Amino acid sequence: MSEATQTLWLIPTLPLLAAGALALTPRDNRTAAKALSIGSMALALLLSIRGLLESLRLQGDHGVAREFFNFVWLSFGAGEAGVLKLGVVLDPLTAVMLVMVTFVGLLIFIFSVGYMEHDANFKQFFCFLSLFAAAMLGLIVSNSLLLLFICWELVGVASYLLIGFWFHNPEAAAAAKKAFITTRIGDMGFLLGMVWLYAETGTLLFYDGGAGCLEQGAIAAMVAKTAAGGIAVSTCIALLIFCGAVGKSGQLPLHVWLPDAMEGPTPVSALIHAATMVAAGVFLVARMFPVFEAVPPGAEGGATALTIVTWVGATTAVFAALIAVAQNDIKRILAYSTVSQLGYMMLGIGVGGVAVGMFHLIMHAFFKALLFLGAGSVIHGCHEEQDIRKMGGIKDHMPWTFYTYAIGMLCLTGLPFLVGFVSKDEILVSALHGNTDSLVSLLPFLMGLFGAVLTSFYMFRQVFYAFYGEYRGGDEHTPHESPKVMVAPLVGLAAALVFFSLPKLNPWGWFSGFLEGGHHHEIPTGHVAVVIFLSVVAFLVGASLAYRLYFRRGIRSADAPDALQERFPEAFETLAGRFHVDELYEASVIKANAWLAKMADLLDRKVWNGITQFVTQVAVMFAWFARLFDEYVINLGFDFGCRRVNDGGRFATKPQSGQIQSYLRVIGISLAVGVLLLTWGCSGS
Amino acid sequence: MGVFGLMNDAPLISILTFFPLVGALIVGLLRSNDAARVRAMAFAVSLVTLFPIAFMWLNFETYPAGGGLQFVERHDWIPSLGVEYFVGIDGLGLLMILLTGIVAPMAIQASSGSPKNPRLYFALILFLQAGLYGAFTALNFFHWFLFWELVLIPSYFLIRNWGGPRCRAAALQFFIFTMVGSIAMLVGFVALYQNAASFDFMELAEGARNNGAATMAIFVCVLLGFAVKVPLIPFHSWLPATYSEAPTPVTMLLTGVMSKMGVYGFVRILLPIFPAQVEAALGVLTALAVLTIVLSALAALAQTDLKRMLAYSSVNHLGYCMLAVFAASQYTSVDPQWAAEKSAALSGVIIQMFNHGVTAAAIFCFIGFIEQRSGGLRGVDDFGGLRKIAPVFCGLMGISLFASLGLPGLSGFVGEFLIFKGVFALNSWAAALATPGLLVTAVFLLKILQRVFSGPLNEKWAGFAELTTREQMLVAPAVALMFVLGVYPQLFLNLTNSTVVRIVNQLAN
Repeated sequence: MSEATQTLWLIPTLPLLAAGALALTPRDNRTAAKALSIGSMALALLLSIRGLLESLRLQGDHGVAREFFNFVWLSFGAGEAGVLKLGVVLDPLTAVMLVMVTFVGLLIFIFSVGYMEHDANFKQFFCFLSLFAAAMLGLIVSNSLLLLFICWELVGVASYLLIGFWFHNPEAAAAAKKAFITTRIGDMGFLLGMVWLYAETGTLLFYDGGAGCLEQGAIAAMVAKTAAGGIAVSTCIALLIFCGAVGKSGQLPLHVWLPDAMEGPTPVSALIHAATMVAAGVFLVARMFPVFEAVPPGAEGGATALTIVTWVGATTAVFAALIAVAQNDIKRILAYSTVSQLGYMMLGIGVGGVAVGMFHLIMHAFFKALLFLGAGSVIHGCHEEQDIRKMGGIKDHMPWTFYTYAIGMLCLTGLPFLVGFVSKDEILVSALHGNTDSLVSLLPFLMGLFGAVLTSFYMFRQVFYAFYGEYRGGDEHTPHESPKVMVAPLVGLAAALVFFSLPKLNPWGWFSGFLEGGHHHEIPTGHVAVVIFLSVVAFLVGASLAYRLYFRRGIRSADAPDALQERFPEAFETLAGRFHVDELYEASVIKANAWLAKMADLLDRKVWNGITQFVTQVAVMFAWFARLFDEYVINLGFDFGCRRVNDGGRFATKPQSGQIQSYLRVIGISLAVGVLLLTWGCSGS
Repeated sequence: MGVFGLMNDAPLISILTFFPLVGALIVGLLRSNDAARVRAMAFAVSLVTLFPIAFMWLNFETYPAGGGLQFVERHDWIPSLGVEYFVGIDGLGLLMILLTGIVAPMAIQASSGSPKNPRLYFALILFLQAGLYGAFTALNFFHWFLFWELVLIPSYFLIRNWGGPRCRAAALQFFIFTMVGSIAMLVGFVALYQNAASFDFMELAEGARNNGAATMAIFVCVLLGFAVKVPLIPFHSWLPATYSEAPTPVTMLLTGVMSKMGVYGFVRILLPIFPAQVEAALGVLTALAVLTIVLSALAALAQTDLKRMLAYSSVNHLGYCMLAVFAASQYTSVDPQWAAEKSAALSGVIIQMFNHGVTAAAIFCFIGFIEQRSGGLRGVDDFGGLRKIAPVFCGLMGISLFASLGLPGLSGFVGEFLIFKGVFALNSWAAALATPGLLVTAVFLLKILQRVFSGPLNEKWAGFAELTTREQMLVAPAVALMFVLGVYPQLFLNLTNSTVVRIVNQLAN
C-alpha cells in the first residue's frame, strides 16, 4: 500500500480537527478561524494532489488501479459475520473528486473571508464550513457504504447549519429544516438499501480483495436473486440507494429544498449547493455503479436501475431549466440551473457510465462555483440586492466580476470548445448512441437537447438583465467592485476553466481513460458530428432568443414586465410559480402528515385514553359492588353478632362505651378475610 | 492491591444497592432543611455509587466462559420456596446500572430551586435509585419483584407531591397502570412457580420452557407488566401525562432509566423464558411495535408542550427496541448469518437503551432549564430566537436533539443502525414500515430547534439567561458520552458482546 493511501484518512481529518478546534475557540477570534480552516484545507489540497499523482502512477494499462485500507469499527456478535469494518479507498474516482473538492473548497474559503467580513458569527461560519469540508471529504474517501452514509448525513447537518446560518431570519430557519427533512426522505430509502445490501452480501465494504460488495462475487449473488415482483435484488437495492441520491442531488420529486437553500450565505450556496454536496448524489451513483449496471445473465435490454436514473435525470434537467427561465433572483436562477445540471449528470451516468457523468460533475463544480461566487460578488457590490430586475449595467462597475462571470456562464451554456461544451456534448453523444431505434429511447437525448436551448436562454437572460443596460437599483448607491480577497478566487476558478479548455489538453480523453481504466467506448464519428452540430444550434437558438428579447429591446425599468411575460403571461406565471410544486406538496404531503399527526394525537386522547377511562369506570363500579356486598352481606352478620356482644359489653364496660365496638369490628373483618383466604386456599389445592 | 483485593471479594452489588438506601435514610433524617445542603448530600451519595460501578466495569471480563454472570452473590433465603438472594450482572446489567449511576446524580443536580420538603424529596430519589440498582441486578424473581415495586412507590409520591398542576391525576394513573401490570406479572410468576418450582430467572430460562411450564396465559400476564412499563402501544396512555406532570428531574429518571426496566424485562426475562410464546404471538407483537414507532412519532408532532413532545419521542425510541427484540425472537435456521443478524438486533437494543437513557435525560434536563427561566412555560411556540442570546444553550441542546434523531457521529445512530440492520434481515417489511418513524422524529425535533431557537428574538425573553457554568457542567458528561459512543461504540459493545451471544444461543436452542 502506498503512502498516499496510508495518509488518505488525514484529508477529512484535518478539516475535522479544524472544526473541532474552532468550536472551542472564543467567538471573536477571527484570525484563528481564517488560519485553521484555510490552512487545513490547503493541506488537504496538497494531500489530495499527492493522492491523484499516486493514483495516476498506479494506473496500469488494464483495469482501474485501486488501493484500500480497512479497519474494524465495531463487532456485535460472534465470528466474522459479527464484525463491521470501515475503510478508505484510493482510486481514480476518489482522486479526481478529492482534488476538485479541496481546490474549489479552498477558493471558496478564501472568498468567504471577504464575504463574511462583517458578520458577527464569523468564527462559527468557518467552523461549520470546515465541518462540511470534513464530512464531504470523508464521503469521498470512504471504502464502506456505512462510512459514506455517516459522512453523507454529516454533510446534511453541516448544510442544515449553514443554510440556517442567519437563523434570526425565519425564512432561513425554515429553509434549513426543509432541506434536512426533504433529503432525509431520500435517506430513508438509502438506509433501507444499505441494510438490504448488508443482509445480501454480508459486508458494506466496497472493495475488500474480492469480498467487497461491489466486487464480482457479491454482485453475482445479488443479480441471481429476485425480490417480490421478479425484480433482481441488485436492482431493488440500487433503486433504494438512488432515493438518497435523488434527495441529496435535488432530483425530481425531491428538488424543492435546493432553491430554498439559497437563503444561506452565498459562499455556502457555491460550496455546498452547487459544487460539492449536491454532487454527492451523483458521486454515490458513480460509486455504486456496479450495482446499478448489474443485469441478470441473459437478460434483454439495459439495466432497469440505470434506465430509471436516466429518466429521472432527463426529466429534472428540462423541468428545472424551464423554471429557471422565469426567475428573477440571481441566486435562484443559478439554483434551478444547478438542479437542471445535476439532472444532466444523472442522465450522463445513466446512458454513458461513470466517466461521462463524473466529467460533467467536475467541470460543473468549477463553473457553477465560479458563477455563485460571481453572484455573491454582485450581491455584495449591489448592497445585498438579489433581484436582477434591480441591477443592470454593472459590467462597467465590476469588470473583474463580469469577465470571470462571463467565462463561467459561457461554460455552462456550452459555448463551443469551452470545457462545458465538451462535458455536455459527451452526455448528449452517449444519450444518442445506441438509442436511435425508437422515439421513446431517443427521448432522453431530445430532452437533453431541449434543456441545452433553455440553459443558453436563461443564462443569457440573466446576464443581459444584470450586467447590461442601465443601472436600475436606485440612486442612493452605485455598485462597486468587490475586494481583492473575493476577486482572486473568481480569477482562480476562471483560469482553471480556461486551462481545461485548451485544445491541446483534451481533458476528456484523459479523464475517461483514467476513470474507466482504458475501456473506452467507441462511438461512431457520425454521431459525434451530428451531436456537435445540434449542440451548437441549441446554444445559438437560446442565446439569440435571449438577445432579441432582453438585449435589443433593453429593459426599461425595474418593475417593467418581463418580455416573455408580455407574450405568454400564463405560461410565464406557471414557470415563475415553479410549476406550483411547493404548493402541491403543501396541500398534499405536508397536509397529510399534519392530519396523520392529529389523528395519532386524537387516537391517543380519545381512543386509548377512552378505553382506559372505561376500564377505570368498570373497575370503580366493581369496587362499589364489592363494597355493597361487604357492607350489606358480610358485615350484616357480624354486625348482628357484634350487637349481641356489644349489648353484653355495654353493661360491663359502661365507662368506655363505644370503644370496644370499633375494636371488634376490626377484629371481625380481619377474621372474615382470614376465613375467606383459608377457604380459597383449601379449595385451590 | 490490598484495597482491590478486598473489593474483589466484597459483595459489590449489594453494597451498590443498599448504599443509596442508607443514604436515603440519612438524607431523610438530616437536621438541616436547607434545599442546597440536602441536595449536596444526596448528590454525594448518589455519585459515590459510581465507584463500585466503575470498579465492576474495570474488572469486567469481556468474554467470560459461557457469557455468564459476574460479581454473583447467592445466598439461600427461603429455601422451601426456592427463594434465594441471587444477584449478578452481565453486559446488559452493567450498562443499566451505569446508566442509573449517571442519570440519578444528574437528576438530583437538576433539581435546582428549592423543592418543598427537600429532605423527603431527595430521600425518595435515592430510594428510587436503590430500587433501580436492585431491579437491574436481581436474578431471582422474588426480590427482583420487590425492587421493581420499590421503584414504583417513590416515583408515585414524587410525581404526586412535587409535580405540575394536574399531577395528582397523573400520579394516580401512573400508579394504577403500572400496578395492574405488576399484579399481572406477579400472578404470572406465581403460576410459573406452580409449574416449574423455581423463581430463578436463569433456571427458568434453561429449564422451564422445555417442560411446558411456560404457557400462553402466563406469558400474556408477564408481557402485560413489561409492555406497560416500556410502554408498548396501546398500554402507553399513562405516559404523556405522567412525563409532563412529573417534576422534570423525575421525568429524567422516568424516561432515562425507568422506561429501560421494561425493555430490560423483555431481554432478560421474557425472551429467554417464553421464546415459543413470543414466536407464536410474533405477528401481533411486531405490529404493535411498528404501530408504537409510527403513531408515537406522529403524536409527538402534534404536541405543543415540549415535555409531552419528548414523552412521545421516548415511546418512539423504545419502540425500535421492541421491534428488534421481537425480530430477534423469530425462529430461524442455525445458520451463522442469522445469528449475526440477531446479534446485531440485540446489540442495537442494548446500545439504544443506554444511549436513549443518556440523551433523553439530557434533553429533559434542558427543558428543565427552560422551565426555570420561563417560570414554567414550555410550549414550543412560546419562545423564538433564543439562539441569539443563548448560543451555548442552543448548541448543546441542539447536539442532544441531533443525537436523539440518530445523526451519525452521535450516539443515537449506532443503536438504530444495528437495529435496522438486524430487523431488516429478519423481517424486512417491519423495518420498512418503521422508517417513517425515523423521518417524523427528525421533523419534530427540528421543529423544536426552529421554533424555540431560530427566527427573530421574542422580546419577552430578552433576559433569557445563557447556561451557567454549573448547568454546563451538569450536561457536559452526557454530551461527551453522545460523542464518544457515536464515534467509538465498541467501548460498550465490548461489554455487551458476550451477553448478546449468550442470548442468541439460548434462542437458537
